[in-house]
Formats: sequence, C-alpha cells, structure tokens
Amino acid sequence: MTIKPPVEDFATDFDHTDPKWVKDPYPIWDDLRERCPIAHTERYGGAWLPVRHEDVAAIAHDTEHFTSRTVVMGNGRPGEEAPPAPIGVAPPISSDPPFHAMARRLFQPVFAPKQIDDLEPFVRNLCRGMLDGLAGQELVDGSVDYAEHIPVAVIAKMVGIPPEDGEIFRGFVHEILEAVDLPIEERIERFAPIEEYIIARVEEHQANPQDDLTTFLLNAEIAGQPLSPEHIFGSMVLLIVAGIDTTWSAIGSSMWHLAQHPEEVARLKAEPELLPTAIEEFLRAYAPVNMARLVKEDFDFQGCPMKKDDWILLSFPAANRDPEVFKDADKVIIDREVNRHAAFGLGIHRCLGSNLARMEIRVALEEWLDRYDSFSLADPDAVTFSQGQVRGPRQLPLKVS
Amino acid sequence: MKISIDADKCVGHGRCFSLAPLLFDSDDLGQGRVIGDGTIPSGEEEAARLAEQNCPEYAITISE
Repeated sequence: MTIKPPVEDFATDFDHTDPKWVKDPYPIWDDLRERCPIAHTERYGGAWLPVRHEDVAAIAHDTEHFTSRTVVMGNGRPGEEAPPAPIGVAPPISSDPPFHAMARRLFQPVFAPKQIDDLEPFVRNLCRGMLDGLAGQELVDGSVDYAEHIPVAVIAKMVGIPPEDGEIFRGFVHEILEAVDLPIEERIERFAPIEEYIIARVEEHQANPQDDLTTFLLNAEIAGQPLSPEHIFGSMVLLIVAGIDTTWSAIGSSMWHLAQHPEEVARLKAEPELLPTAIEEFLRAYAPVNMARLVKEDFDFQGCPMKKDDWILLSFPAANRDPEVFKDADKVIIDREVNRHAAFGLGIHRCLGSNLARMEIRVALEEWLDRYDSFSLADPDAVTFSQGQVRGPRQLPLKVS
Repeated sequence: MKISIDADKCVGHGRCFSLAPLLFDSDDLGQGRVIGDGTIPSGEEEAARLAEQNCPEYAITISE
C-alpha cells in the first residue's frame, strides 16, 4: 500500500480518507463552504467536492451530466468489462435513467412502509435479545456489541442467508466501501471472495427457492424478461452491502451523541414521542452516507471545469450542515421542527431502504433507552470512526447502568 | 386551505405520511399521496405545515 501525503489544503487536495477528515470532517466542510465552495483534488484520478446544499441538490437531481455508474469513489474507474450505464455494477443504485426506474420499481414494494412495519417485531426481539446478553456488564461497546449486529441480522433475514454469516458481510463492507485507497488491482483481487460467496447463495436459491429477496430476484422480470445474471449479482451486492454500515453508523452516531448529553437522554425518556424528531436531527447532523457520481462529459458546473470521468464526492452530510438551509446548522437540536435534511440522498436515487433504516434506528434506540438508566463515553479518545464514504463509530466503549 | 404533492418531485422520502398521517399516506411503491382532495381539516393545520416544511424535495404546497 502506498503511503499518501497528508492533506495540507482540502480546497485543492481533499481526501476523504485523510485522518483529519476521518476524525472530524465538519470544520473542513464549514471552511470549504466559505472559501470555495466546490473543492477539488487530483487524488483518485481527479475529483470534486461540493459542500453547499444547493450544489449537492443540483448534482443529485442532474442525471444528464452526472452518471451513477459507480457510486464509490476509489482509485481507478469501472473497467471496460463492468456492466455499462445505464445498468451499472449494482442496480438500481448504479443505474441511470431510463433503466433506473425499472430496476428500482422492482424493489420499491418490498421496501415500502407497510412491508417494513411487518419487520418491526423481529428487530425489537433482536435488540432485546442482545441487551439481555449484555446484562450485568458495566462496560458495553455500543458499536461492536450492539449497533453493528442489527442491520446485518435484518438483511440476512430479508435476503435469505444464514445470520451467522454476519462477520463475512462486514468484511465485504470493508472491502467495498472502506478500502478505497488501495490500488485498483488489489481491490479487484479482494473482490473475488465476495463474488464467490454471492454466487454460491444464488445457486442455492436456484436449487431451493425460498420466500426471500434472493428468490424474488431470480423470479423478477423487467419488460417481460428475466434479470440478467449480472443484474442479479449486482443487486445482491447492493442489498447486502448498502444497508449494513450505513444503518449501523446512524445508530452508533445517535448513541455517541446521547452518551455525551445526559439531559437529552432524560428528556427522551420523559417524552418518548419526541424520539422520531430527535432521530431526524441525528440523521441530519451525523448523516452517515456520502455518495459519488462520475462526470459524463466535459462540463462547466458553477465555474468548475469538470472533465469526463472526474469523480464527484456527493456529500449529503455536508449539505445537511449548510447554514443557508438549516438554522443553527452546527447545533444538534433534538426538537428541531423544520428539517429538510438529505441524509437519505435527494432525487431519483433516494435511499431505497430509508423506511427500513428509520425503523431499525428507532427500535434500536427505544430498546437501548428502555434498558439503561444512563450511559456515557467510557473513554472519549477510544471512540474510532470509519474511513471512507460512510461515517460512524466503529468502537464506542460506553459505561452503562 | 388545501395541501398538494407534486408527484414529479416526490421520490418517496416518506416525511409527509409520517408527520401528517391524516393528510397523506403511501402508495404501494412507498410514494407519498394526498388523502382525499387535500382539504386540510380543522386541527390539522400544524401537521400540514410540518409536512410542507420537512419535505426534502420541496414537493408539498399549501394553498388557500
């Protein structure tokens, strides 16, 4: 692995894997919003970073100039052999119009609110079971012992793969979403076990159909045609990877915040009906997910000379901190009433699993708050955050009582 | 007063039917839709305002 020089100026040389960004990205974005407001870097083969809500929204809505062919910014670009636009490597997140709407529509009924409501008892039992297992411990890692297991168990159930494979999934998440600063050859090499694992699960379902999303994909049709093997494989990757570290991060960041604000914990215990509003504020202030786009053709955007295949790091978390749209944008206000946050993205690629994520976050926090009278950071310096486009605590030692 | 949703802008964030469940529900795809003709009943003005002010896509309008 090559050692990269530290970033001196994020306006001209930004890097979302730089330790300063990983530690605390918010002052970086605030500074860029004043100075740029669209930053650039030569790293990753050339990339742009909008940090104003207006610019992030404009790019998210502009599928004519920006492609979603790949949404994870790394070294290299999708190879010639990768499924081209409009399908992309992991439909529908990697798809462009008009194919996108057809690929997304397949999944929309599965992730619609009424279907997600049916999963709530499963999530509640899961959380209670984990908390039962932690009974008697005074020190609990909110991420390792709790948050990270919730989305893994839910997606394993939905896709129809063994829950004990959770550790394998978390490895996939690391390879696909976090190890983005590795050379492209190494990334391709590390992808091979993911491919093998998913193909094996698909073959099992071909032999033995189940009532789950894998069999659903095998039976699905677009315009009267079954999905191509590449489409099925890509959608499986998406289902397994997209909902895991994202939701885990949102739960973990909410717990990290509350561990430092006992007065808010007390208020949420006294006014449990406030929790959904508070969760929206945690989603705004600590939005976990940045997306990426590629520039389709040379194009001037807000005075920036963008070149074909330049990356855009589409920072919804930075948009959520824009004082032009959010009053006291840098403050976490758990009863914030007006909150048009973009944590789940904007435009046609709005997070397909947002209803599921919100339910998991709410149930995880309800059960946690119900179980413990109080909790605080055992050691603030021991908290670590993930690197890459998804931000959340990965180690979160808490003193609980 | 009436409330309406622009179906071309709605992408299914779901804020409206969460905040104003008497005014909005979701269709089978999870997109928001107005219940009835959108007339805001007495007592629902606050919920209507919240739905309008929390839509990330600015898809909801309240009109006289």
